[in-house]
Amino acid sequence: MLDYVKLLILGLVVISAAIAANYARDVGYMVHAIIVMITAAGLFLWQLRRTDEPVPAAVLQTEYMDGPVRWGAILTAFWGVVGFLVGTFIAFQLAYPQLNFEWAQGYLNFGRLRPLHTSAVIFAFAGNALITASFYIVQRTTAARLWGGGLVWFVLWGYQFFIVLAATGYLMGITQGLEYAEPEWYVDIWLTIVWVAFLAVFMGTLIKRKEPHIYVANWFLLSFIVTVAMLHVINNMSVPVSIFGSRSVQVMAGVQSAMTQWWYGHNAVGFLLTAGFLGMMYYFIPKQAERPVYSYKLSIIHFWALIFLYIWAGPHHLHYTALPDWAQTLGMVFSVVLWMPSWGGMINGLMTLSGAWDKLRTDPVLRMMVTSVAFYGMSTFEGPMMSIRSVNSLSHYTDWTIGHVHSGALGWNGMITFGMLYYLFPKLWSRERLYSLRLVSWHYWLATIGIVLYAASMWVTGIMEGLMWREVDAQGFLVNSFADTVAAKFPMYVVRGLGGLMFLAGGLIMAYNLWMTVRKGVAAAPARAAAPAE
Amino acid sequence: MEDTYTIMRVFAGSWGLLFMFTVFIIVILFVLRPGSGRLYKDTANIPFRHDDKPARSPAASQKTEAR
Ligand code: HEM
Ligand code: HEM
Repeated sequence: MLDYVKLLILGLVVISAAIAANYARDVGYMVHAIIVMITAAGLFLWQLRRTDEPVPAAVLQTEYMDGPVRWGAILTAFWGVVGFLVGTFIAFQLAYPQLNFEWAQGYLNFGRLRPLHTSAVIFAFAGNALITASFYIVQRTTAARLWGGGLVWFVLWGYQFFIVLAATGYLMGITQGLEYAEPEWYVDIWLTIVWVAFLAVFMGTLIKRKEPHIYVANWFLLSFIVTVAMLHVINNMSVPVSIFGSRSVQVMAGVQSAMTQWWYGHNAVGFLLTAGFLGMMYYFIPKQAERPVYSYKLSIIHFWALIFLYIWAGPHHLHYTALPDWAQTLGMVFSVVLWMPSWGGMINGLMTLSGAWDKLRTDPVLRMMVTSVAFYGMSTFEGPMMSIRSVNSLSHYTDWTIGHVHSGALGWNGMITFGMLYYLFPKLWSRERLYSLRLVSWHYWLATIGIVLYAASMWVTGIMEGLMWREVDAQGFLVNSFADTVAAKFPMYVVRGLGGLMFLAGGLIMAYNLWMTVRKGVAAAPARAAAPAE
Repeated sequence: MEDTYTIMRVFAGSWGLLFMFTVFIIVILFVLRPGSGRLYKDTANIPFRHDDKPARSPAASQKTEAR
């Protein structure tokens, strides 16, 4: 019966998409309608061939559902490399404007590729990493199979479809102009559906858990899922101009819109790039170090502190704007206080290794995870400092912000994700060990030096251009023109590009290593009864 | 009558703030309650229990407990 309902829905989607493509008011919308039509038609055929076939025996509740986790891990590595590649390319575009090729104007110029980069790394790379981690962690820490069956696959592939629509849209110029929330209304609606399914899978698994207590990693992951749903719906409130066109009009305007956007933007950082990844940290670091978290009490306290504080910190993106002064001050104060719970998390992560520090010498995967936590500590020290209004008057609009972003993104999110992938691949494909630890070391050093080059060069250009912009002569005239600062930044742009190249090379080495682990790795001995550590 | 903006802003800065702060303090006190340490020690070891297979029944997971 369910099969027939699916066929019906898919058939209706194909027809509606065909109609939409016919009436489309702009090219981008038409291309998207055609993509939807082809995808739905393909799924229709696939579903048709399965309909009324003998049903496989009921799934075993005695096994974990690892299929989607395997695909999620592969996709994370794939999107990571794509995102780093685009990042490196736009970094060189800034250094060498000739790379904005004349023949590709309107498709591959910096303005089109930049949102492609940010979405590829944040939503595709980090988002897939989080979905993978959620599916893996929630099963192992509740001792229950994922709830939802086919719904899990829907979440995984539905999310990839969101990425494809968003990415192709950027290249064709479909954007609503909100940073990190660029996709237009129909893509937003699709993501909402996928996300609700994600929440259902996660909650469903938690509800049928066999462990009486909910492990702390799940708290972080759940807060990430719930908050992203809330942020996404509120920041994307818009009215389409036509249901046959990609354009829409925001419901909010002016300073309200700005505040909502940065409430969204900051909490995307706070709950996607921070809370979700802390969930990862709280599972994979104890596993890799083979010892429980340093202080479970601290983990709960800093969880609630983060939740209560992050939501208010958004206004630090809007210092010296039309936003009321009290709101700016509020954002600043909460951001500075946020330093404490952030370091609570860092300390908890690092101290988990107490008594096992020697492992760092022999285990490059653990080294990666620890470095990631160190970068987390660094960027959450830098962030509160940049939130102070007088510091922000120097750092805002400069490359300092870009340096801050990437020490968090490459150092914290990147490194912990690499650590997770190195942990997961041998586990998921039952391999004895990784193909090569030496390659992991290579990856580690390439990535670390790449980040250092990136962050250091951006600090230098950032502070330099900030100071150049405000320099006045004895008569009170500005000394430098904008073009002067651009020219002065050139060497640093090249250094940043090289840093990106190294980070990308590390990513490629990882992809090769993981591939070889699956292809050539020695099969692990049949699973022993799960023996607890110590 | 005052405008909505002022009403909300004053409420957020007084009762709203007080409410959230109280909840937060209660959470901390609850976490630090006597006897929580033993429970949390057990919870902290959850990742080391069911690596390969789900638990068969809630009781089984209690028996394989670490330490
Ligand atoms: C090979 C690695 C990477 C390189 C070379 C790179 C390069 C760049 C460049 C050139 C920009 C534009 C800066 C500007 O407009 O001046 C940018 C922006 C950005 N990148 Fe990356 N990136 C890399 C990896 C990542 C990763 C892994 C993440 C996140 C997980 C990330 C997140 C961002 C964000 C959020 C922005 C927008 C910053 C803002 O608007 O303030 N990047 N990146
Ligand atoms: C306590 C923690 C943090 C605080 C208080 C903080 C504060 C700030 C401040 C003040 C800015 C500059 C706003 C501006 O001048 O426009 C900023 C930008 C940014 N931060 Fe953080 N930060 C923190 C942690 C992090 C972490 C861990 C990450 C990433 C993993 C991150 C990602 C970003 C991004 C992507 C932007 C650029 C936003 C944009 O303009 O497009 N932050 N942050």
